[in-house]
Amino acid sequence: MEAKEKATKIKPSSRRRFLKQGAVLAGLATVGEIRSASGQKLESRVPDERSFSSFYGVPSHFENNVREIAPNQYPHMLSALTPHQDSVGIITPSGLHFLNLRNHDAPPSIDPQQHRLLIHGLVDRPLIYTLEELKRLPSVSRIHFIECRGNTIWPGGNHSGFRTVQETHGKMSCSEWTGVLVSTLLREAGVQTEGKWIIAEGADAGHHVKSIPIEMAMDDFMVAYGQNGEAVRPEQGYPMRMVAPGSVGIFNVKYLRRIKVVDQPYMLAAENTYADARPNLQGKRLWFNYYWQPKSVITRPSGGQRLPGHGYYEITGLAWSGGGAIRNVEVSTDGGKTWREARLQEPVHRKAFTRFFLDWTWDGQEAVLQSRCTDDQGDVQKSLEEFAELWGYKPGSIDINSNSGAMVNVIQPWKVDRDGRVENAFLI
Amino acid sequence: MRSLFNLFVPAMSLAMCVGALAQGPTYKLGRTPTKEEIRAWDIAISPDGKELPPGSGSAAEGISIFAQKCMRCHGSGGRGSGVAGVFVSPTGPGGAIVTSKGPPFNFPLATTLWDAINRSMPRYQEGSLNANQVYAVTAALLYWNGVIQEGDVMDAKTLPQVRMPSRNMFIPLNPDYKKYMACNPNRLKCLNQGVLAPSEK
Repeated sequence: MEAKEKATKIKPSSRRRFLKQGAVLAGLATVGEIRSASGQKLESRVPDERSFSSFYGVPSHFENNVREIAPNQYPHMLSALTPHQDSVGIITPSGLHFLNLRNHDAPPSIDPQQHRLLIHGLVDRPLIYTLEELKRLPSVSRIHFIECRGNTIWPGGNHSGFRTVQETHGKMSCSEWTGVLVSTLLREAGVQTEGKWIIAEGADAGHHVKSIPIEMAMDDFMVAYGQNGEAVRPEQGYPMRMVAPGSVGIFNVKYLRRIKVVDQPYMLAAENTYADARPNLQGKRLWFNYYWQPKSVITRPSGGQRLPGHGYYEITGLAWSGGGAIRNVEVSTDGGKTWREARLQEPVHRKAFTRFFLDWTWDGQEAVLQSRCTDDQGDVQKSLEEFAELWGYKPGSIDINSNSGAMVNVIQPWKVDRDGRVENAFLI
Repeated sequence: MRSLFNLFVPAMSLAMCVGALAQGPTYKLGRTPTKEEIRAWDIAISPDGKELPPGSGSAAEGISIFAQKCMRCHGSGGRGSGVAGVFVSPTGPGGAIVTSKGPPFNFPLATTLWDAINRSMPRYQEGSLNANQVYAVTAALLYWNGVIQEGDVMDAKTLPQVRMPSRNMFIPLNPDYKKYMACNPNRLKCLNQGVLAPSEK
C-alpha cells in the first residue's frame, strides 16, 4: 500500500521532468509553448494516451517528425527521406533512418533463428554462423553515417521537390551500430594470399550484392546486428547488415547472409551502374569512387522554415566525411564573402555526423547561409564551381538539381528573405 | 586442373610463409558449412564464369521467355514501358550499346547480365527462372543489341567469352584498387594524373 502510494507520487514529477526535457530539446519553434506550459499545461492531469506505451514508447503526439517519400523517385524504388530540419544531436532515430527499398515493398521478414552468415571462398576455414554465435564474438559499437550515392541529386531534374534539407540531404542518416568487425570474422576464417576482394550479399529477394576491396573491409567494416541500442530495424537489414563506414550506401549490404573472399571484383550490376559518368572522362566511367568527400549542411535555419523575427539564432547543422573525422566547419551568413569558424559538438567521431553551431544575430535583411567543412585528410567541401570543374562541366552549366553528378558534396546555400522565409538558394 | 591447382596453392603458401598462415581461429565459434550449403548460395558470377551452372539457351528461346516474363515491365522487345529499364537502343540493334544509359548498355561483361537476371529477376518472382531460361534471356538481350548472332548458344563456356562493347569504357581499365587509391580522384589536382589520365586505354 505504501509502495503503491509512493509510485503514484513519483509518477507526476518524473513525468514533468520528462516533459521539460522534451520541450528543451524541441528548441526554437516551441519556445513560446514552454512559457505558457510552465503555467498550466505541465500541471495538466489529462493523460497522453495517444503517445504513451509502457511497452515501447513513441514520440509525443505533438511531434510530427516523419520521413517523407521521395518525390520523382524511380518507380521501382521506395525511397524515404530523413527529416534533418528537425534533428538534434548526431543520432538519427532508427525509425527516421532513410531507406531505399527495392520493389516498392515492405522489407523482408527474416526469422533470426533461421538466418545464417556464410563466410567462404579463398579462406582456410569456411564458416557458417547463427546470429547467436555472432553475438558471442567480440563486439564493437561505433557511430557512423550511411549516405546514398545519390544524396543531393535529383533524378529527372525536377526542381520543385528540392526545397527542404530533407529533400536535398534526406538520403543520409547516422546511427550507433553494434556488431562484429569484418576483420574479426575474416581472421577466424583465415584469408588466403590470393584473397583481394570480398563479395557481400544479402538474403533479400533481389540478393543485393557488392564487390568490396579487402583493404576496405579489413579496415573498419562491421557486420551489425544492433542499431541505436536495439536490434537493427527491418528496413535497415534485420537481423544483420554490413556497415561500411564512410563509403557509399550500396556497400552497406542489408540482410547480409554471405561474405565470399575472391581474387578480383566481380563487376556485377552495382559496380557498373554506380560508376561515375563524368563528362571529362570522354565517354568512360570511373570505377571505385567509394568514399564520401567532406560534406556539411545547415539544418537550421534551412529551406522551408521561417524565422519569426530578427534577433539571436543559433545556426546549427551537420558535417561528415568518408575520409575520417571532421577537423573544422566554417559558416558564412553573407553568401560566402566572409566565413566564421563554427563550434563543434564533441566528441567528434570518425566517419560520423558532427554537429556544429554558430551564434548569429539576424538583422532582418536578406542573408545567404552556408557551411563548408574540412576533414582530417585536409580535404575541403567543394563549391558548386569546384564540383563542376572536377566533373568537367562548363562553369555555370552544371545543374545541381538534375541527374548530372553523383557523390555530390557541394556547399548548400539557404537564402533568408526579409520576411524570414528560408529557401534553397539553388532554386532561386 | 583448376581443382588440382587450388589444392596446390595453399600447400605451397603454407610451406613458404608459415608465419602468415600460422594464425589460427581464436574464438572457434560457428561451424564448417557443407558443400551443398555453399553451392546453394554461391550465386555471384565472376568474370571467368566459374560459378555458372550447367545449361544453355539461345536468343530465339529467350525472345519467347522475355515476352512471357519480362515484357510487362521492360516493354516489347526490351524497348521499355516506362516502368523499368530499356534494354535495347531505340535506334536499333548495335551502335548505341556503349552509352551512359542503364544496363545492359554499360555492363563490361556478359556474366554481369546473367548474374543480374538470375539474381533479381523477374521482380516479385526472383529465382523462378531456371538456368536454361536465364541463358536464353541473356542471349536475347545480347542479340537485340547486336553483340551475338541469333543462333549463338550461351552456356557456361561461351558466355564468359562474349566481348561486350563497353568492356573498355571503365577507368581504371583493370580493377587495380591500390593504383586507383594512389591519388584520390575527387581531388582536382588528381584529375590529370594516374588513373584519371585520358591516355589510359
